Amino acid sequence: MQSLKNSFASFWKYRYLLQNLITRDFKLKYRRSVLGVAWSVLNPLLTCLVMFLVFDSIMKGLRGEGIPNFAGFLIIGQLLFNFFRESTTMAMESVLKNAPLLRKVYIPKYIFPMEKCCFALVNCAFSFIALVIVFLITWTPVTWATAWMAIYPLVMLFFFNLGIGLLLSALYVFVRDIMHIWEVFCTLLVYASAIFYDPETLSGIMQRLIHINPMYWFITAFRRCVLWGEGLDATMMVVCFLCAAVSMGLGVFVFKKNQDKFVLYM
Amino acid sequence: MAEKQPIISIDHVSMRFNLAKEKHESLKEYFVALMHGGVHFDEFFALDDVSFDIMPGDFYGLIGLNGSGKSTLLKIISGVYKPSSGKVTVRGTIAPLIELGAGFDMDLTARENIYLNGTVLGYTPKYIDSKFEDIVEFSELRDFLDVPLKNYSSGMVARLAFAVATITKPDILIADEILSVGDFLFQEKCERRMAELMSGGTTVILVSHSIDQIERMCNKVAWLDHGHLRRNGPVAEITGEYRKFEKKDAMPAKRIEE
Repeated sequence: MQSLKNSFASFWKYRYLLQNLITRDFKLKYRRSVLGVAWSVLNPLLTCLVMFLVFDSIMKGLRGEGIPNFAGFLIIGQLLFNFFRESTTMAMESVLKNAPLLRKVYIPKYIFPMEKCCFALVNCAFSFIALVIVFLITWTPVTWATAWMAIYPLVMLFFFNLGIGLLLSALYVFVRDIMHIWEVFCTLLVYASAIFYDPETLSGIMQRLIHINPMYWFITAFRRCVLWGEGLDATMMVVCFLCAAVSMGLGVFVFKKNQDKFVLYM
Repeated sequence: MAEKQPIISIDHVSMRFNLAKEKHESLKEYFVALMHGGVHFDEFFALDDVSFDIMPGDFYGLIGLNGSGKSTLLKIISGVYKPSSGKVTVRGTIAPLIELGAGFDMDLTARENIYLNGTVLGYTPKYIDSKFEDIVEFSELRDFLDVPLKNYSSGMVARLAFAVATITKPDILIADEILSVGDFLFQEKCERRMAELMSGGTTVILVSHSIDQIERMCNKVAWLDHGHLRRNGPVAEITGEYRKFEKKDAMPAKRIEE
């Protein structure tokens, strides 16, 4: 209990650092670009447009029939998956990238993966403007009574990302292959997360495979709240929570166990 | 009167490094090494069983040749390294001036970096606001506040870093060869600032290769030689001996080969 209190005290002391690092990332991301922050919205919008064109015309057979409002369906999957990929990839490199700093000053090391996950969350929030635009274009009715519940899968996804990010950033210090493995794994995961197809139309075994993918649950929970107006049932809430908890538990455990060795390997 | 408690106690501290040749940064390298008769480690002691105390108000100098373990010791004190064995107890806040400019982002302007580096050191933005003028004044960089740091000279960066790190009154100030950068006028100014902090009760640990500077500023010295603490105590006796020191008298570093 005491150590938990100490960790929190040290986190509280460095909260401004966290805030400053996020601001820095945000400033540097759009420095020297003409459209600046607008890219946060344009980028996901254009990516989704491409995917929409591909899966609505060329590969229509692949996605299966019977998804009403495909544009909205697609962009939710795309945005959430992007949030996951961005958080984990950036967090993975964050500790090593800050090696010059960590070798000289004492800072709690988890600040860096955490900062990247927060930064990705900020980006994700901006990209929701793209979601609103798509909803306006397709004139999708939104059930407000359930839409606000979407906060829940989003928060759970944030912690899920953070856990994975902590785990990856610790491993990456020791074994650089992780980056390549993770890149390929993410590509695989895109196809297993029901971003552009309806898993209900798949055969039994494929469906079961997809059901063990946490991203499927986060994305589906979000869609149920915002797109389908169904809200969350108990299973959804429990599964999302468990995914986040297991990920955080594993991430914090591995990170804590290894963090004192980081400096010697950077 | 009760005995004063040391502000830093260094208690049988050793720091062991695996030598770089056995570092495996990818799985392939690791497996290749494993196939070729196992992974072994060559161990090298950057510090070997070092113990001494630093009392509040001391101006402690660390001397020794290159590679004697001075910077390693500073990093252990400031919490960057965890010692392989032994313990360091620090009773107070530390402002580390280890290699200036750590925590600066070269793409940001000086103004932005003051806030970034300030928060790296654990200050609140409000506190930095209140000290902003002092920092600018001290670093003499008012005209360059909105220039990205990558366009600064190394002396200018050092000035800014010193100014940020010393705005607060830390209990302990750690300075690693920082005073060798900057022109002589600025060096004098830094020395004055450090003397000022000291009169306010700050304990300073200084690493320097300039024995004159150590003699001028410090009251105590620890002499490290290949990870061993050779002598420590009042300045005068030790620097005298250090001046006469020759390479052949050096103590060999402890290593373990397997």
